[in-house]
Amino acid sequence: MKPGVFNRLFGFRRPPGNVEIGSSLGTDAWRRLRANRAAMAGGIFVLLLTAACLLLPSLLNLSYSDQDLALGSTAPSATHWLGTDMHGRDQFARILYGGRISLMIGLVASIVSLVIGVSYGAIAGYAGGRLDRVMMRIVDIIYSLPFIIFVILMMVFLKEPMDRLDAWLRGFSWLSNLQGAGRILGLFAAIGAVEWLTMARIVRGQVLSIKKMEYIEAARCLGFSPLRIIFKHIVPNLLGPVIVFTTLTIPAVILLESFLSFLGLGVDAPLSSWGTLIKDGAEKMEDAPWLLIGPGSIFALTLLSLNLLGDGLRDALDIRSGKD
Amino acid sequence: MVRFIARRLLETIPVLLIIVTAAFFMIRLVPGGPFTTERAVSPEVLKNLNAYYGLDRPLPEQYARYLWNVCPKKFAPWRLFEGDGFDLKASFGVDLGYSTKYTNRTINEIVAAKLPVSLELGGWALLIALGVGLPLGMLAAARRNTWVDYTASSFSMLGICLPAFVMGPLLVLVFAIYLGWFASSGWYFPSDRVLPAVTLGLVYVAYIARLTRGGFLEVLSQDYIRTARAKGAGELRIMFRHALRGGLLPVISYLGPAIAGIISGSFVIETIFQIPGLGREFVTSAFNRDQPLVLGTVLLYAVLIIGLNLVVDVMQVWLNPRLKFE
Repeated sequence: MKPGVFNRLFGFRRPPGNVEIGSSLGTDAWRRLRANRAAMAGGIFVLLLTAACLLLPSLLNLSYSDQDLALGSTAPSATHWLGTDMHGRDQFARILYGGRISLMIGLVASIVSLVIGVSYGAIAGYAGGRLDRVMMRIVDIIYSLPFIIFVILMMVFLKEPMDRLDAWLRGFSWLSNLQGAGRILGLFAAIGAVEWLTMARIVRGQVLSIKKMEYIEAARCLGFSPLRIIFKHIVPNLLGPVIVFTTLTIPAVILLESFLSFLGLGVDAPLSSWGTLIKDGAEKMEDAPWLLIGPGSIFALTLLSLNLLGDGLRDALDIRSGKD
Repeated sequence: MVRFIARRLLETIPVLLIIVTAAFFMIRLVPGGPFTTERAVSPEVLKNLNAYYGLDRPLPEQYARYLWNVCPKKFAPWRLFEGDGFDLKASFGVDLGYSTKYTNRTINEIVAAKLPVSLELGGWALLIALGVGLPLGMLAAARRNTWVDYTASSFSMLGICLPAFVMGPLLVLVFAIYLGWFASSGWYFPSDRVLPAVTLGLVYVAYIARLTRGGFLEVLSQDYIRTARAKGAGELRIMFRHALRGGLLPVISYLGPAIAGIISGSFVIETIFQIPGLGREFVTSAFNRDQPLVLGTVLLYAVLIIGLNLVVDVMQVWLNPRLKFE
């Protein structure tokens, strides 16, 4: 990847014409990130894994639902690289398909939390005064309970409406194979609804310092509306911390989803995520330890990679204490 | 200090009120009551059931009644241990109502039987987390950039990416099934405490070691440590006498989230190891849509976490009196 790509990604534009090219914030960050081998390895692993989950099943003609009951549960072999489960389903294929679900939930729920958190934090920080106090007090109160309790409550709360939505969605012929989509939408909502809190706090803190700057005052003098100032002038300057924190939210969300699936409150059969696979593996581990070790190690490696990448990005963009 | 504690105690009241209110209405507004089962219940039976649980009354009245029942009406903590387990009714006058699933037991009785188990598990886990994490982090800070430091750091990374529900089954596989040292589940003998507590604590060993290392490194670079060194104080004395107080600060402020994490971890651990604790009860009651039990447990967790956070805050202020004025 050329540094220019990274710059555009971060919204740092190169000056037009034949100007002497200095080193911009983006170029510096990219150079620092590239020097961090652990973060690069993490990033490459995540990219490869995503590609594998998306492409390999169709390339290798794998199916996660094809049963071979006569075969039953077998240890890893040449035909089934990571073994097969009780119903003779290929474990490798199941991990890849589970990865699609887990990674998708990680990404989408992180984006949900990103949108809520940035808007909430930016508005609270920019408004200041009483509105800010009330808004942050709400965050503090939700913060005082573990996320998981809220998510479990919400999964119970959303079960009925989501099942109904699921049935309604499957009523359309072209969506008929979308079984379980309602449950996943519920997960997006439940996880997105709690994961935005930290983001809101970080963004608010940043906004508090940015809004004192002169260019914001200039924008206000020009008569721009508060919303325009927040989303056009302040939020773009938050990209660094927001990108870093989103990268760190993805593993947290994947972990939360697997936690729920492990408890049986998350993704339902016939769909499976890494959490459900680990749960199945943990139940059968006495006879078939590969059913636990396969998904468990892929899961751990993914979390490790995403965390290394996030930490690396934080160092590269020089953001102090992103978790406070 | 007394004023600080009193102010913080007063602040918890609205927080608890909001949590109870939010949880109450969230659960009550769930479509499908606790008695919607596969088996059709005759309307008369349903009517009686609703009357028994007070569900036939208007919602505001149910809410007011619930609020009054769970509100502490006396203060006699010494009576907490009179019966079997925790007696919330005798000591605080708190009545959590009736479970819709376990028809022959009140929620107070369920809590009395299950909460001590969860507290014991959590206590051991916290002890392991601190007992291993602190020395590990201090060692890593004292021997910075040597193999000790790197081993400790990679060990912390391992703990961060191997969550309890992967670690637990793996430990069972190795220590219970292959080596046969411990039972794979249950909560009968002292040895049954080992695997669950280690699993639950291990994740936090990692975090705490990391935080301790960071905290000590920051303190060790300060001028007063150099002064101490110049005066000829030994490494051990510097670590334990001069750097300890400042170095522990990040760990203490992390204790709040760690306690919350140990509580949510207990949901999974108690399921894996089949421990009869409150965490498993909470998850089962969510499945069963046992509304009063879900409400009661959430409330109890809220009180527990807010109370423990208060303790942590007091410890923090005690260690760093500057915080009192912020």
